[in-house]
Amino acid sequence: MRPERTVDVLIVGAGPAGLAAAAGLAAAGVGRVEVLEREERAGGVPRHCHHGGFGARTFAGLTGPGTSGPRYARARVDAALRAGASVRTGVTATGWAGPLTLDTTSPRGLERLTARAVVLATGARERPRAARLVPGSRAAGVYTTGELQQAVHLYGQHIGTRAVVVGAEPVAYAALDTLRRAGVEVAAQVTAESRHRATPWRAAESRLRYGVPLLTGAAVTELVGRGRVSAVGVRHRTGLLAQLSCDTVVFTGDFVPDHELARRGGVSLAPGTRGPAIDADFRTDIPGVFAVGNVAHAVEPAGAVAAEGWRAAVSVRRYLLSGRWPSVVRGV
Amino acid sequence: MSGAGTPGTGAGAPGTGGPGRVTRTGALPPAPTAPRSGPTPTSASAHEPYDVTVIGAGVVGTAIARELARHRLRIAVVEAADDVGEGTSKANTAILHTGFDAVPGSLEARLVREGQRRLAAYAAECGIPVERVGALLVAWDEEQLAALPALRSKAGRNGYDRTVLLDAAELRAREPHLGPGALGALEVPDESIICPWTTPLAYATQAVRSGVDLHLNCRLTDAGPAAPGAGPRTLTTSRGELRTRYLVNAAGLHADTVDRMLGHDTFTVTPRRGQLIVFDKLARGLVDHILLPVPTALGKGVLVAPTVYGNVLLGPTAEDLDDKRATGTTADGLACLRARGARILPALLDEDVTAAYAGLRAATEDDDYRIAPWPDQRYVTVGGIRSTGLTASMAIAAHVTGLLADCGLDLGEPGDLAPVTMPHLGERFPRPYQRADLIAADPAYGTLVCHCERVTRGEIRDALTSTVPPVSVDGLRRRTRARGGRCQGFSCGAAVRALLEGHDRLETR
Ligand SMILES: Cc1cc2nc3c(=O)[nH]c(=O)nc-3n(C[C@H](O)[C@H](O)[C@H](O)COP(=O)(O)OP(=O)(O)OC[C@H]3O[C@@H](n4cnc5c(N)ncnc54)[C@H](O)[C@@H]3O)c2cc1C
Ligand SMILES: Cc1cc2nc3c(=O)[nH]c(=O)nc-3n(C[C@H](O)[C@H](O)[C@H](O)COP(=O)(O)OP(=O)(O)OC[C@H]3O[C@@H](n4cnc5c(N)ncnc54)[C@H](O)[C@@H]3O)c2cc1C
Repeated sequence: MRPERTVDVLIVGAGPAGLAAAAGLAAAGVGRVEVLEREERAGGVPRHCHHGGFGARTFAGLTGPGTSGPRYARARVDAALRAGASVRTGVTATGWAGPLTLDTTSPRGLERLTARAVVLATGARERPRAARLVPGSRAAGVYTTGELQQAVHLYGQHIGTRAVVVGAEPVAYAALDTLRRAGVEVAAQVTAESRHRATPWRAAESRLRYGVPLLTGAAVTELVGRGRVSAVGVRHRTGLLAQLSCDTVVFTGDFVPDHELARRGGVSLAPGTRGPAIDADFRTDIPGVFAVGNVAHAVEPAGAVAAEGWRAAVSVRRYLLSGRWPSVVRGV
Repeated sequence: MSGAGTPGTGAGAPGTGGPGRVTRTGALPPAPTAPRSGPTPTSASAHEPYDVTVIGAGVVGTAIARELARHRLRIAVVEAADDVGEGTSKANTAILHTGFDAVPGSLEARLVREGQRRLAAYAAECGIPVERVGALLVAWDEEQLAALPALRSKAGRNGYDRTVLLDAAELRAREPHLGPGALGALEVPDESIICPWTTPLAYATQAVRSGVDLHLNCRLTDAGPAAPGAGPRTLTTSRGELRTRYLVNAAGLHADTVDRMLGHDTFTVTPRRGQLIVFDKLARGLVDHILLPVPTALGKGVLVAPTVYGNVLLGPTAEDLDDKRATGTTADGLACLRARGARILPALLDEDVTAAYAGLRAATEDDDYRIAPWPDQRYVTVGGIRSTGLTASMAIAAHVTGLLADCGLDLGEPGDLAPVTMPHLGERFPRPYQRADLIAADPAYGTLVCHCERVTRGEIRDALTSTVPPVSVDGLRRRTRARGGRCQGFSCGAAVRALLEGHDRLETR
């Protein structure tokens, strides 16, 4: 039925984690290293983060500016290719046909790939409105940062005129940048927490230079609007209720691992993160199956994730040489 | 997207004047000069009125239009929304009922029973996803357990005698993830799940291909007086006037308003809201049947059911309101559902929620459908189609066609309808992304756009060029499932919107 093929290492996901693991493994000469990426372009989330700050290095306590997401993504792809890995875009791993065998779909057809080791690097997504159980109208104009960035930076789509941004993790500030770029006024940034979680500089810039008010201790209670959002209802921890009028709402952060493939493969999840449970060597409880990057934990800067990918490559290579797998995988 | 007079695509019924029109903007075009429906074309003069106009393109109105399209008639459907099925028909529990628990002897009981058989056969013929998963009415206390035998005999009185009483162990063997304390169940093996979105679309598609005109964004505002004799009445709509000899009111929640336009004040629709939560597909392994509560005086209660797309539904609530537009969810409603769900299927609450929505049942003072012919006015009211209209739709259509004939409509001999094959959105058969043959013939079926729901570019393109194309992201979702998964557009939202807006290339920059 499906054409079958074998490779040495199959990596699912060409984000910073998967690409770094691929580069490390290919450079070490483990044989055929193949990365599957379901999008038309490799690079993962940085592909659509047009702001800077990617791969910033810290020397003697000073952090450099880093580079833009798309440039960072291209550099990671080039590094993996140069090392000799094969990066196949437009290919989705759709499910398992055996412990180390994955089925794929691409415009070229169906395939069944068996590997000596599989690395899951499928990333994470922001929790969207419905999963946050925010009640009210199902009106249009509701985004996550991921969708907003793609809409603005990859497609140049019209967004709206006035937005409320939910969340105050660093990614919320990326959303503010994107809204500004799209010419959308920001009515307010709201978070249920008592303070923001970005750098003091980022937070101050947003408030003072761009005049975006940050409402802390404020939970979004409902979305209002027919057809298009017209307001969000918020409740302050003092009990005060208010409606902020807007035509756009961006739910940011609150990351959830994209664990579908891990779960369908029978990999146990870590109770806290609901990502695959892994040990310090990125091993899951299925022999030969590793997990690395955002799929295994909430977001870290891309540079940190790529560093993990390198370390995972070392573990995978050690496994390929020894064939040893612990009988009990102890979570980190 | 499609402007005034956009012709439907696809073949018309054999030997007729071709497909009808789907219009969304501009003044209403005149009725077709010759009836497009029916077996034999006739010569008719210009500026003829429509023979029948159906108000409302929900599952009921579209079913009626489709049934009428067998006959040599000029037919229009007039719908206020910009798409088919935008009212209650898009927001229900998606169960194809056997009618085992209907009120014996009621019109609803008969039409649900008959509708179930008709729709199951039609679904198989044209590709509407249906799965016969069966239902279990689960008893959680002694009182409910004691009520099961009576429900069994009620099912018998409704002509359904395949129910089975299960003890606690048999129940647990069927549903091992059920919460603690379930004492037994009544099994109803033929309760099925169906795709509520494809159903009205299939009816509308077949109706249009068989010659029916579908006028969207077109609200009826005045029904005018009945002309003497067999003369047509003039309807006023938000897009201008339309003349018709016969009128069918299938306006759902607004059936009472339309009825009053015709001078009748016999019932009032009270919207009864039902809120539902949809869980991610990774929850599907937790449940094999539709898990129904034992009905109490307070209504049917909250159920847990798989969907044909492989999700799990939890709901609905039942809240009597007075606002016919109150389709929002509420914090209390969602909390109440989660509390119920925690008892029925505790592990369900650990799964991701992909959507929460609410639908409004068109409840009336009466415990039955309100279907009434008004021969003097050549008018039929189809009201009070509350919580079983999806199931009963085809039987309602046949019944209403009979009532129109009783009102004097000359149906003539029925002909064949233009064939339809709908894209199969369910998980029971291989989806396009799993089909080597389709991808080999057209690589667009191997290009995934929506990853959570595994929707390909080929399927989105097909929907955009279909007989009744979507004009909104939600309309596209109901036709393809695109953007309907756990990420709610985080990965694919912008790409889906670009395709809807007619951008050919992904990532244009
Ligand atoms: C909005 C946003 C802004 C950010 N801003 C910054 C920043 O300014 N600086 C910074 O350092 N970090 C930033 N980050 C964090 C950084 O982008 C992530 O930590 C990093 O991308 C994680 O890499 P990853 O490889 O684990 O996952 P991802 O980058 O998410 O890559 C996962 C890849 O796997 C693919 N995939 C998933 N499932 C399958 C499958 N079944 N088959 C094939 N392919 C599959 C996906 O398409 C995706 O390309 C940001 C993150 C977000 C979401
Ligand atoms: C929570 C819930 C769960 C349910 N579960 C099930 C189930 O599991 N199985 C089942 O069989 N049934 C179920 N139902 C019932 C089913 O959904 C309805 O009976 C059915 O959808 C009614 O269809 P309709 O065409 O009569 O109404 P609608 O779908 O509401 O269509 C009426 C249409 O008329 C249009 N309209 C109104 N006024 C005008 C006007 N003046 N001019 C032009 N157009 C107008 C509206 O825009 C609307 O599109 C459920 C209902 C709810 C609310």
